[in-house]
Amino acid sequence: MNLLTIAWKSLLQRRLASSLTALSIALGVMLMVLVLVVFGAVDSAFTQRSIGYDLIVGPKGSDLQLVLSAVYRMQPPIENLPYMYLEQLKKDRRIVSAVPLAFGDVTKEGSFPIVGTTTEYFENEYMPGQNFRIRGKRINGLFDTIIGAEVARQNGWDVGSQFNIVHGGAESDHVHDEKFTVVAVLARTGTANDRTVFLNLEGFYAIAGHEKPVAEIEKRLKDFYAADPERLAVAMKQLEEVKAHEAESGGHDHHDHSHSTPDAMKEVSAILVKTRKEIPSDSLLLTSDIQKGFQAMAVNPVRPIHKLVNGLLGNIQTAMIVLIAIIILVSGVGIFVSIYNSMSDRRKEIGIMRALGAGRMHVFGIILGESTLLCLGGGLLGWFVGHGLAIAAAPWVIQQIGLLIDPWTLNKWESILFPVLIGLATLVGFLPAMTAYRTNVADALQS
Amino acid sequence: MHLLVNALVWRSNSRRFGGFAMFPSPESSLSVSGRCLKSWNDLMSLLLEKVRKSYVEPSGRKLPVLGIDRFEVKQGEQVALLGASGGGKTTLLNIISGILTPDAGSVVVDGRDLATMPEVVRDRYRANRIGIVFQTFNLLPAFTALENVMLGMAFSGKGADREFAKQLLERVGLGHRLNHSPSKLSVGEQQRVAVARALANKPVLLLADEPTANVDPANQQLILDLIRDTCRDHNVSLLMVTHSMDVASSFKRVERLQDFNRPELCL
Repeated sequence: MNLLTIAWKSLLQRRLASSLTALSIALGVMLMVLVLVVFGAVDSAFTQRSIGYDLIVGPKGSDLQLVLSAVYRMQPPIENLPYMYLEQLKKDRRIVSAVPLAFGDVTKEGSFPIVGTTTEYFENEYMPGQNFRIRGKRINGLFDTIIGAEVARQNGWDVGSQFNIVHGGAESDHVHDEKFTVVAVLARTGTANDRTVFLNLEGFYAIAGHEKPVAEIEKRLKDFYAADPERLAVAMKQLEEVKAHEAESGGHDHHDHSHSTPDAMKEVSAILVKTRKEIPSDSLLLTSDIQKGFQAMAVNPVRPIHKLVNGLLGNIQTAMIVLIAIIILVSGVGIFVSIYNSMSDRRKEIGIMRALGAGRMHVFGIILGESTLLCLGGGLLGWFVGHGLAIAAAPWVIQQIGLLIDPWTLNKWESILFPVLIGLATLVGFLPAMTAYRTNVADALQS
Repeated sequence: MHLLVNALVWRSNSRRFGGFAMFPSPESSLSVSGRCLKSWNDLMSLLLEKVRKSYVEPSGRKLPVLGIDRFEVKQGEQVALLGASGGGKTTLLNIISGILTPDAGSVVVDGRDLATMPEVVRDRYRANRIGIVFQTFNLLPAFTALENVMLGMAFSGKGADREFAKQLLERVGLGHRLNHSPSKLSVGEQQRVAVARALANKPVLLLADEPTANVDPANQQLILDLIRDTCRDHNVSLLMVTHSMDVASSFKRVERLQDFNRPELCL
């Protein structure tokens, strides 16, 4: 029988009060664990595991907007890049894969973003170590689509479903005439891909109304390739052919037939780039090279979001942790009140123990042991319940909001949780322990 | 240095006890902190010399309680102590057990003077050398009978010996009630647990403060016999405070506190 056993027995004697105070600590710790798990999942979704590419190339502008639009599909594209630039990048030996993305439209039902891309997008990992799992067949036709799991769930679509898309965004009322067919459904990824409809890039260009006036394209190409007359000449030659064709056909519309769009007329909203893994400096040098020339920029897909998440969510997380810390502190005060109130009833008990030979430090230790057992017991209970709830809720959360929760990921705050609880136990147990320490044995035995 | 000497004496004393044979060897010469007993030939468990104790009332007035020039209990001796209420019996027991320290004088228990010991040493010494049986039993309600006995061992520094605690409870006839909480035990059984607890650390001196006062008449003699027989069996000196002449009359040695206590000596 040691001091902790004696403390435990004393707690059992006051079962109700002990359970309630431990429960209040448990609730606080459980809340903290849940907040940390959720914020960890959000942080992970927005930073480390967001995308399996090294760089995102887009028109010069806000790097955050580029990432939000290309990766998270939360923002409209900044502007477009000439398709010829994609071809140019593909020739760079440092680039292993360059996948074009063209977007701007949304589905009529549910306003899910439409992204025109190539099959390479589905062949690459969508996040490090994670490959797409596709149910259905490959895109063959111009208007074949692959839809994300969340699109399928919310709109009730499956392979074979047909739908229309709205031009330019949810607020636009221009519905394209083309009927799109779902040919495959992606398994849930926990990323923005779940809420995206993927379209054959060629199909994206073939949608009536997506082509821009030749004069506008010409102006853009001249701006873009101002420092590269050779490429500009190639582009201008292609534009001349388009102009000649338009003059021949008298500017007819293309609703009843489709032409293959010349490269000079095509644009992409962003290019996802994978560089050589074995040479980590590639991505840095490539970024620097792209920034130097033309009007494009390359951004690390993690950095701007990391900055945003840390700047915004980091503060919210800190605020919530502070709030929960206050809750735990209040629970600690509850433990203090519970033990302190019991001290007058236990005066004789302490006197008896002292008479049996317990020293002042023994009774001091027993009371501190009680507060420690309550704090640590409550803390452990809360920690397990918190992670247990996270485990139980993880499948539901991923189904509902596509957030991948790893319930066992330990946060740095959790590593200091138990030392902090021991500190709290010492703090709240100190005064009652001192009362026990100072108990006058002779008086206590007479009481 | 002081503590080291104490520790060495303590250790030498401890070595003398094997199992339940707790007589100190007559040849042993014991040093007492601050003083030295030339010999321990007279085998005293308790020796009080020139003990003075007064209380200070809230008004500031000094209230003399104990003035004892000499009082002793020999090893294995059983003494009944009679005294009127308010006569200082409880204060005397508290001083003998080291719960209180005298204003002056020495309180030698098993060769060592409690009055000069630091409190922390005195507490440990009390746990190991002195057993106490209270009038109101004072069992802790959160603990079973067995745990109450083991609780006495927990503070001795030697660790709790479950088997020995069981033996003690069996010895007092409670082998079948080991895991009962005090509230599930009769008054007589509770007092028997208290006796077992007092003997848990193999003390040399058992202090019993009116142990039969709260026990029904049928159990009084039983408890009394139990305490006296157990002390006799284990060679433990017994100082029993009692109001009852019936109880006192069964002792060979009966002392009246007022006969050897002269509080006026404090003045």
